[in-house]
Amino acid sequence: MTPVDEAKKLSEEEPMNKRPKSTKPESNISGGDKENDLRNAELKGEGVVISYGSEQAVKGVDIVFPSNKITAVIGPSGCGKSTLLRAFNRMNDFILGAKVEGSLMYKDMDLYDKNIDPVEVRLRIGMVFQKPNPFPKTIFKNIAWAPQINGYTGDIAELVETSLKRAALWNEVSDRLHDSALGLSGGQQQRLCIARSLAMKPEVLLMDEPCSALDPVSTSHIEDLMLELKEQYTIVIVTHNMQQAARVSDYTAFMDSGNLVEFDETSTIFTNPKEQRTEDYVSGRFG
Amino acid sequence: MSSSEHSSAPEFNSRLERRRAFSMIFKNCCAILSWLCIGVLGFLLVHIFSSGWEWISFDFIKNAPSRMPHKAGLFSALMGTIWIIVTTAAIAIPVGVSSALYLEEYAKKNRLNSFIEINISNLAGVPSIVYGILGLTLFVRFMKLGPSVLSGALTLSLLILPVIIIASREAIKAVPNSIRLSAFALGATRFQTVFHHVLPAAMPGIMTGVILALSRAIGETAPILMVGAVAYVSKAPHGIMDGFTALPIQIYNWAREAKVEFEGLAAGGIIVLLLALFMMNSVAILIRNKTQKAQS
Repeated sequence: MTPVDEAKKLSEEEPMNKRPKSTKPESNISGGDKENDLRNAELKGEGVVISYGSEQAVKGVDIVFPSNKITAVIGPSGCGKSTLLRAFNRMNDFILGAKVEGSLMYKDMDLYDKNIDPVEVRLRIGMVFQKPNPFPKTIFKNIAWAPQINGYTGDIAELVETSLKRAALWNEVSDRLHDSALGLSGGQQQRLCIARSLAMKPEVLLMDEPCSALDPVSTSHIEDLMLELKEQYTIVIVTHNMQQAARVSDYTAFMDSGNLVEFDETSTIFTNPKEQRTEDYVSGRFG
Repeated sequence: MSSSEHSSAPEFNSRLERRRAFSMIFKNCCAILSWLCIGVLGFLLVHIFSSGWEWISFDFIKNAPSRMPHKAGLFSALMGTIWIIVTTAAIAIPVGVSSALYLEEYAKKNRLNSFIEINISNLAGVPSIVYGILGLTLFVRFMKLGPSVLSGALTLSLLILPVIIIASREAIKAVPNSIRLSAFALGATRFQTVFHHVLPAAMPGIMTGVILALSRAIGETAPILMVGAVAYVSKAPHGIMDGFTALPIQIYNWAREAKVEFEGLAAGGIIVLLLALFMMNSVAILIRNKTQKAQS
């Protein structure tokens, strides 16, 4: 059963019948954590098919990303996980010949509705890329630029400072805010890119292998950061690093050749997966 | 082979000495050829300066052309050239950069656009006299602009547009896509992405193209002769609708005079032309370095 079906079924069923052991009949949300999470998820994809020309990279995926949780998407290279991730903030628009079908929803916003401005989608759903990609400008301008072009009315210097603090970078750069961002190390650049995304106060943060170019120290910085951020954000992270998925995520989706093979709580995926392919992958027998 | 004795694996015959010798020969060939070019250029400069330097004076700059060599100057031609180049730059740079931006950032990759692309490259190879004829027909006669600075500048703009477009497109193409993507991911529109990030990053490359193009335009004779620049204009133009002459035309006219003194005048004119070119390029290079620094 796909998570979408599961979520649907859960919300259709009477909460009271569903879980006899529930002792809170006054609450609508009476199921276990997992059921709650799936039911309340705000970022959803149904029947998502993404093709490049005649080639299908994602072949009909139903998935939900629970709110205020970290969901890891794992799978072998070329399984379509980055493509799927990018579809959720319309970044596939920039790939020639890419076509997205199916329903992708955030709250009640149809991300691919003709009347929806992709800019609005990206304002609510931020993204951090695989390679740190700061602008060739100062550290300050890297963060201040997007809020400024979007008419930020608050104190911009303050916003830069809080964003850098939240990305755990402030202490390292506070004395050189007006130096070029290209002078930072790879790990610092990536945290700057995260700070840059945070400054726009998105509701969802999509992270496409954010640590693949980083050393273990920077990686652990960013993982700590993610754990902190999930209080306020829904985070989806694509990763090749199985330990990372196990360490930081609450849910894990395993994809293989364009299909969603299994979606479950991370602990289940890593200890007791239902599918043989998942088990083979997480135990390192293939992929 | 002696080198293979040091090689750890017997399957390799690395022939290091031979390769080293080849590298050496190649390096020397390159050095000889480039010094050859520099030598020719040096010879030219020495020749021009030795015959023209004595003619350079304040009077030479400020006098109008004259039949008497010692009274002759190139004020009107120098001013004509400045008018022409400034107007050409004002027309060709915005049009060229906009076209490059459109083709790279906005246009869909379809057949029509690849057709346009190929033809821009072809246009860069069209002889300048053809542009002159076009300018005469289109600007001077059809649009009735007359033999004016504007006609000349429009014609020269057409001539250098392909170069500016090609160079600008290459510069825009070289801007890493990750910059565009990160701007878009932060909620920027395409206009904001292009004007705040792509264009500044491409500016050094664009300026290089502009320098090359304007350097070509400043020395062009045929097209502006066609649109009606004449040799004996004694007054400098006061506006873009005035008649004009230009340094290359003045030089050409002096060079074909019978009196031997005019040969020296022609060389003096060349020196002034080279200095004007040098000053123009210095300004452009200054701008380029400034934008380059802002990008690092």
